[in-house]
Amino acid sequence: MARISVDTGKCIGSAQCVLAAPDVFDQDDDGFVTVLDSAPSGEAEATARTARGICPAQAITVQD
Amino acid sequence: MTSTDAAADLVPFMMRRPGAPFPPPEYEDFRTKPGLVKAALPSGETVWLVTRHEEVREVLTDPRISSNPNHEGFPRPSRTVGAPSADDVPGWFVSLDPPDHNRFRKALIPEFTVRRIRSLRPAVEEIVDRAIDQMQANGNTAELVEDFSLTVPSLVISSLLGVPKVDRDFFEEKTKVLVTLTSTDEERDKASEHLLRYINRLITIKSKRPGDDLISRLLQGGLLTPQELSGVSMLLLIAGHETTANNISLGVVTLLQQKQWISDDRAIEELLRYHSVADLVALRVAIEDVEIGGQLVRAGEGIVPLVAGANHDPEMFERPHEFDPSRSATGHVAFGYGVHQCLGQNLVRLEMDVAYRCLFNRIPSLEVAVPLEELRFKYDGVLFGLHALPVRW
Ligand code: HEM
Ligand code: SF4
Repeated sequence: MARISVDTGKCIGSAQCVLAAPDVFDQDDDGFVTVLDSAPSGEAEATARTARGICPAQAITVQD
Repeated sequence: MTSTDAAADLVPFMMRRPGAPFPPPEYEDFRTKPGLVKAALPSGETVWLVTRHEEVREVLTDPRISSNPNHEGFPRPSRTVGAPSADDVPGWFVSLDPPDHNRFRKALIPEFTVRRIRSLRPAVEEIVDRAIDQMQANGNTAELVEDFSLTVPSLVISSLLGVPKVDRDFFEEKTKVLVTLTSTDEERDKASEHLLRYINRLITIKSKRPGDDLISRLLQGGLLTPQELSGVSMLLLIAGHETTANNISLGVVTLLQQKQWISDDRAIEELLRYHSVADLVALRVAIEDVEIGGQLVRAGEGIVPLVAGANHDPEMFERPHEFDPSRSATGHVAFGYGVHQCLGQNLVRLEMDVAYRCLFNRIPSLEVAVPLEELRFKYDGVLFGLHALPVRW
């Protein structure tokens, strides 16, 4: 299991995370990232790591 | 650290893609060199070329590297055209650095969320279907670039902005002039003046009678002035038109060559990576000394992070010149990276998806009407694409 946190101050609303890990991330009405599952495991954890890797604003942290 | 200031080391820029649709073969060579490659633009200026994926991402996220063309040393890829700055065109936020850039992005992202873009699908389908109706009504041949690929994104943007249906022909006609090879500079200037005047009038109308559209919502949101909104609207129009059109046309050719991928959802991401049409779009200048990939770049030196180079870096994507949607193309930088990463990217994905679905479902016998060697590619443009794509069915 991993712990997910996001820095909404850095987020630019590209939605890369929502596309890569729809079970972990969502966007609020303003377009900024929100976390749906802050402790994903298994497949969801893997997608969260992908999202961290592609987030253009480097706004996602995954802690083991 | 390496120093490659000797004039003999300068390579001329830009390079051409020999045959579609790979990035220039020179990039392969550049990628194997230590540091960055110094190149001479047609203007005579020198710039640093970045071709490795990791370093392209580094350049696009480093706060010491600026998008503002007002800084000394900002690259001008062609002799005549320079990127406008936000001083020339208020609202041209692609040329602003944080923190000035933040306000624009914040104002606009609610318009481009995944949910909002999904809700546009029926409207995009209607536009695409209408374009195909028109092509079919005209017989069994078409010039796909003009009849389809340019038409669809122009109509999508006009619908997004809230351009009334009765004005869409005008809007489409003027936007086409801007991107057509045969237009003269004078025709282009005139068309862009007409569009700007039209958008300003639209903004005045929407401020009195708001509708369910981007311009109305942004006016009501109050984050941007009407004058900024006018520049933003022009930016959306220009950033989202030829880029999308070129991708649609190139994708049709590639999918017709490898039909097994036509209805595979993964094809779109791979098409974006494979063609990387906006190779030369993200221009930058160092505003402090920085080290990129072991190369010292001095304040005031221009940098061109080549997204096609990054997207064909074998360290990141194996067999990069193969079109293979079964690979994960995730992590490509066809839309850039960092705070300026394309605002319209999810709209592009929607447009490409709808375009291919409708086109190949409705015209299953679609084929390119000339031998592939005769296709005219935009080798000289800032954006890669096709000048024309004759098709028949
Ligand atoms: C396949 C089509 C497209 C490609 C390849 C593309 C590519 C890009 C790239 C590479 C950038 C980054 C520029 C930089 O870092 O300096 C960018 C930015 C941008 N794009 Fe796109 N684009 C496409 C379509 C669109 C569409 C359809 C729209 C809008 C409706 C759009 C609106 C924008 C805007 C507003 C920016 C500036 C974002 C910012 O500065 O925060 N683009 N695009
Ligand atoms: S990928 Fe990064 S920038 Fe984009 S919405 Fe998610 S957190 Fe924000």
